[in-house]
Amino acid sequence: MSSALNLSHEPVTKIASGKLTMWAFLASELMFFSGFFGAFIVLRNSNYEVFKAGSEQLSWVLALVNTFILIGSSLTMALAIYHLERQNTKLFRAFMGLSILGGFGFLIVKYFEYSAKYHHHLFPGQEEHTIFFSFYFLMTGFHAMHVIGGMIPMAYMLFRSYGKGGYPYPVKVETLGLYWHFVDLMWIFIFPALYLIFP
Amino acid sequence: MSTSTLQHGSAAEHGHDHEHGHHHDLPWYRKYVFSTDHKVISKQFMLSSLFFLFVGGAFALFIRWQLAYPGQAIPIIGDILPASWATNGVISPEFYAQLLTMHGSIMIFFVIIPFAVGMFGNFCIPLMIGTDDMALPKLNMWSFWLVPPAGLIMMAGFFTETGYAAAGWTSYPPLSAQTGLAKFTISGQTLWTISVFLVGFSSIMGAVNYVATVLNKRAKGMKLFDMPLTVWALFITAIIITLGTPVLAAGLAMLFMDNFLHTSFFLPDNLVTNSKYFGGGQPILFQHVFWFYSHPAVYIMILPLMGIVSDVMATFSRKPIYGYKAMVFAIAGIAFLGFIVWGHHMFQSGMNPLLGTTFMLSTIVIAVPSSIKVFNWLGTLWRGNIQFSSAMLNALAFVSMFIIGGLSGVFMASAPVDIYIHDTYFIVAHIHYVLFGGSLFGIFAGIYYWYPKMFGKMLNETWGRRHFFWTFVTFNLTFFPMHILGIGGHMRRIYDPNVYDFLKGLGGINETVTIGAIALGFSQLILVGNILWSMKWGKKAPRNPWKANTLEWAAPEHPGHGNFDMDITVYRGPYEFGVEGRQDDYWPQWEKGASVTVHHHTIAVADDTKTFGAH
Ligand code: HEM
Ligand SMILES: [Cu+2]
Repeated sequence: MSSALNLSHEPVTKIASGKLTMWAFLASELMFFSGFFGAFIVLRNSNYEVFKAGSEQLSWVLALVNTFILIGSSLTMALAIYHLERQNTKLFRAFMGLSILGGFGFLIVKYFEYSAKYHHHLFPGQEEHTIFFSFYFLMTGFHAMHVIGGMIPMAYMLFRSYGKGGYPYPVKVETLGLYWHFVDLMWIFIFPALYLIFP
Repeated sequence: MSTSTLQHGSAAEHGHDHEHGHHHDLPWYRKYVFSTDHKVISKQFMLSSLFFLFVGGAFALFIRWQLAYPGQAIPIIGDILPASWATNGVISPEFYAQLLTMHGSIMIFFVIIPFAVGMFGNFCIPLMIGTDDMALPKLNMWSFWLVPPAGLIMMAGFFTETGYAAAGWTSYPPLSAQTGLAKFTISGQTLWTISVFLVGFSSIMGAVNYVATVLNKRAKGMKLFDMPLTVWALFITAIIITLGTPVLAAGLAMLFMDNFLHTSFFLPDNLVTNSKYFGGGQPILFQHVFWFYSHPAVYIMILPLMGIVSDVMATFSRKPIYGYKAMVFAIAGIAFLGFIVWGHHMFQSGMNPLLGTTFMLSTIVIAVPSSIKVFNWLGTLWRGNIQFSSAMLNALAFVSMFIIGGLSGVFMASAPVDIYIHDTYFIVAHIHYVLFGGSLFGIFAGIYYWYPKMFGKMLNETWGRRHFFWTFVTFNLTFFPMHILGIGGHMRRIYDPNVYDFLKGLGGINETVTIGAIALGFSQLILVGNILWSMKWGKKAPRNPWKANTLEWAAPEHPGHGNFDMDITVYRGPYEFGVEGRQDDYWPQWEKGASVTVHHHTIAVADDTKTFGAH
């Protein structure tokens, strides 16, 4: 009906609607994590010693490894977009696959970290648990959920790219890429806050 | 890169158009249930909000009965209430706390916000900016379909050991965090937290879509300052939702962990409880996080209606809105200031008094843009050719009730006064003057105004006016006396006023309020009756029944998927009423024609004189 009319025109801002929506959503996500960071700052100030003891119990080496994995995965994501836009399906698959692998790698390292915490009785409800570890699980937990949330559509895109003509929507990959970089960026904030800043 | 992006973007849109072409073949559940048409989604929001309006209203009547007749059995239905609610028809104190919580939570999260943002946002934005649908119709559909499950989850509190959540709609810890239950126990409070998190997510999904739609999909020729105030208000509201709601979500996530996993973000050291936890948290922290969202949220609940009322008033005064740009900037100003006043809810919380002073000042400053809006509405009415349609009557009620609610707000905003009236019925009076007197009357105005375009039929005017009259009278009967109760010291959220000697003299007022509330509740049946009756037997609506200027009235009588049957190009702003040199007293945005502006007056001119345009 509307195809004959002038209603569905080019986006006024020249930015694809999906991308614009993603930017707005990322603003929202930023506020979500800001809520955690705000609470973190307040309670850190009133529980200095506990936070110090807590962050000394974390393994910054593992977290550093994870940081590189995520940054690498962001890079391969950008390369995947680059190659999809040039219709190079093979390289798109390769780099998308690597990005997903990066996500898995991150989660595996997290798994080892978490299970170490469990053995040291640091989970909520266990004896050694402190308010610092409440924040640890809150922030890394929600971050990990965001990683998983990104990997699902990435896997779907990779899967679709094996169909006829490869994956047809570079804009969607670019939009997802924005999200993936954001998840990376949040880690860049969480990492020093929990692991590096010894009071 | 960007060219290829754009090409693919338009290819994708093309596929979308293709879908439109075949929309007749859609199975019924895609047309009426999982529809991506913004108008259908709008009606779905309307239906669910109306449903919850009656659920929340029924809860309120239970509360009122107990306050007016403490300890007396509820008539008629008292005997059939479940044992966990009432014994011998008298509701229990535990259930009373649950009622309060559920009433507030349902009204705010499942009635006012979905009405104001979900229903009107969906209906008005695409039509008023002259486009076929939202930027991302599928996302829009999901933003609705999170609401019913969220509602069910909240109501499922009934089946838990402790019943519904009972810590108030504000859910302050320690009460809400420390339930005394074992780890991993699902309680009403747990479900409440999940439910509010979900509706919040639904709001965000809707809001980001609105932002993209307003920015990207405006009709040819429509500049931002050609948008009707309804669209402006919804746009700015969407920004508040985008930035505010996630902060509540963060707080809820922490509350959920405290409640469900026994962390202690909000539980201080040495709190005496019967379960093990580790302390170190701060209860006031939750209040900060909660009000950082929930004060902006009160503007989420009123700004859209301010926009709607502006449009209704301009149309039925047959005058341009007074100070259009000032109105836009006032909305933006309120939205911005709304983020820096949250502490006025916490004067009594133990917060640093210096902070209290800061918040007192910022709060009082909000009265400035609010007053700008009120004066501009009065300016719009001034010497207008006023038509008292049902929509207009509700809009007028909105303005006058908002003045009362806003003024009581200024009382409470000054910390010394608030120390006396905090947590009394004065607050309850305030919130109902702004939320019922303001928001809900605004919602009614919007329903009366756009019903013809929504359903293709006219609402019955006579019954519309009766509904307005009864609502207005009983509303004031119900809520005005609450100011007096509050000044008299009647606390909020108490189960039985008779146990306090100093409240004994207020029993008569409590009874009056309850009688008013029952009448108010039943008056709303008129609206529902009218909506249903008119859907079938109403007069067929013409294309532009109110002779209004905005683009939705360019659409067919009962627009289908895709909205418009003609090209839309915008030639002028939304409020050109009474233009000199024209036969009609209105001048729709989509009608071709040239004009010049002389001293803020628009004068229509023949097209060929356009080159002489002067200022
Ligand atoms: C002129 C503007 C307004 C001012 C100055 C104002 C001020 C205040 C203050 C100071 C309080 C806290 C009182 C206390 O708890 O002691 C309050 C409570 C409240 N206000 Fe307003 N308000 C204004 C407008 C609104 C509007 C427009 C709405 C909603 C549409 C609203 C909804 C509420 C609600 C729901 C509460 C009670 C929250 C609770 O449950 O504790 N207010 N207001
Ligand atoms: Cu407030």
